[in-house]
Amino acid sequence: MAKESSFKNMVLTLTIVCLVTSAFLAVAYSVTKDPIEAANKAKINNAIAGVLPEFDNNPSDDVFMVESEGKQIKVYPASKDGKTVGYAVESFTNKGFGGTIVLMVGFEADGKIFNTSVISHAETPGLGDKMQQSKSDFSLQFNGKNPADFNLSVKKDGGDVDAITASTITSRAFCDAVATAYKVFEKIKEDKK
Amino acid sequence: MSRLSIITKGIIKENPTFVLLLGMCPTLGTTTSAINGMGMGLATTAVLFLSNMFISLLAGLIPAKVRIPAYIVIIASFVTLVQLVMQAYMSSLYETLGLFIPLIVVNCIVLGRAEAFASKNGVLDSGLDGIGMGLGFTCSLTLLGLVREILGSGSAFGYKFIDGDGILIFVLAPGAFIALGYLIVLFNKFRSKVLK
Repeated sequence: MAKESSFKNMVLTLTIVCLVTSAFLAVAYSVTKDPIEAANKAKINNAIAGVLPEFDNNPSDDVFMVESEGKQIKVYPASKDGKTVGYAVESFTNKGFGGTIVLMVGFEADGKIFNTSVISHAETPGLGDKMQQSKSDFSLQFNGKNPADFNLSVKKDGGDVDAITASTITSRAFCDAVATAYKVFEKIKEDKK
Repeated sequence: MSRLSIITKGIIKENPTFVLLLGMCPTLGTTTSAINGMGMGLATTAVLFLSNMFISLLAGLIPAKVRIPAYIVIIASFVTLVQLVMQAYMSSLYETLGLFIPLIVVNCIVLGRAEAFASKNGVLDSGLDGIGMGLGFTCSLTLLGLVREILGSGSAFGYKFIDGDGILIFVLAPGAFIALGYLIVLFNKFRSKVLK
């Protein structure tokens, strides 16, 4: 049966167990590193393609950072035949019910929201996660709206957005992230002038 | 005990969720839908299978006084492995379950089976015990997830069959406790009939 629990035996066993398992994990990490990166990249690229009108460049090659209210936001510009057709803004908010929500918001060149996509979130399944397009039509109401004349807050707060039933906090956070994205978009426009 | 009964006892006689009442934290946390429950169950099954076999192999070499820390380190490594593999090759499942995967480490079923079964039995039997317990856990979580999904969101395995919202409480934590309580009652009534 088990070895005697002498001091030497115990120290030796634990040391060996820890060494072997960490070596094993190091190998597993290096094997899965590239597929994980590829999966994350594919996710971002899918999101970009989903929120922008047709383009022929590779937006993730031209990514640049914009600072807005202390947040560093990634922007992916899209162009067709050399003309800018829109920007995909990877915006986020910490005001979600379950913490951070990361959104990809696509703007057409004139500032109209083309489409949005949720990249990651920790909202309550069955309630807050209805902001995902696969779960409900909540986020579709933003499409085709220009935040310049569309008040990005829920109706309860005097805005134009229909909140998700029983998920006002999530709806507010979603609006907040879209508003941040729009601020970034305005900043890009101003810099271009 | 025959090999087959090692597997089947995990599903009915010693079902980890409804009879042993182990691993309640992931049970209540992940079962908001049938698919989530099933994913969590299968991930736990993989960890149980690997850690049970490994621990039964090493049980003779580990001094009794440090067996718990040694087992936990081994279990944690397998959980991290499952997490990495999931992240790399099943990224959509990882998105919904990612938060709960590290919780498998502290799932009492895994350590419980290591201590109660794997450290006293052979490698093959321990592996089978891991599969049996894992399947029992998966079935229970899928069932609980299904009940909560039907009542809470009006859908089953993601297919919506009623418009609008269900009974919201079943999606939230209190509904998990209520559904689990009723399922335990029903399961044990069924179990006592089967075992007679």
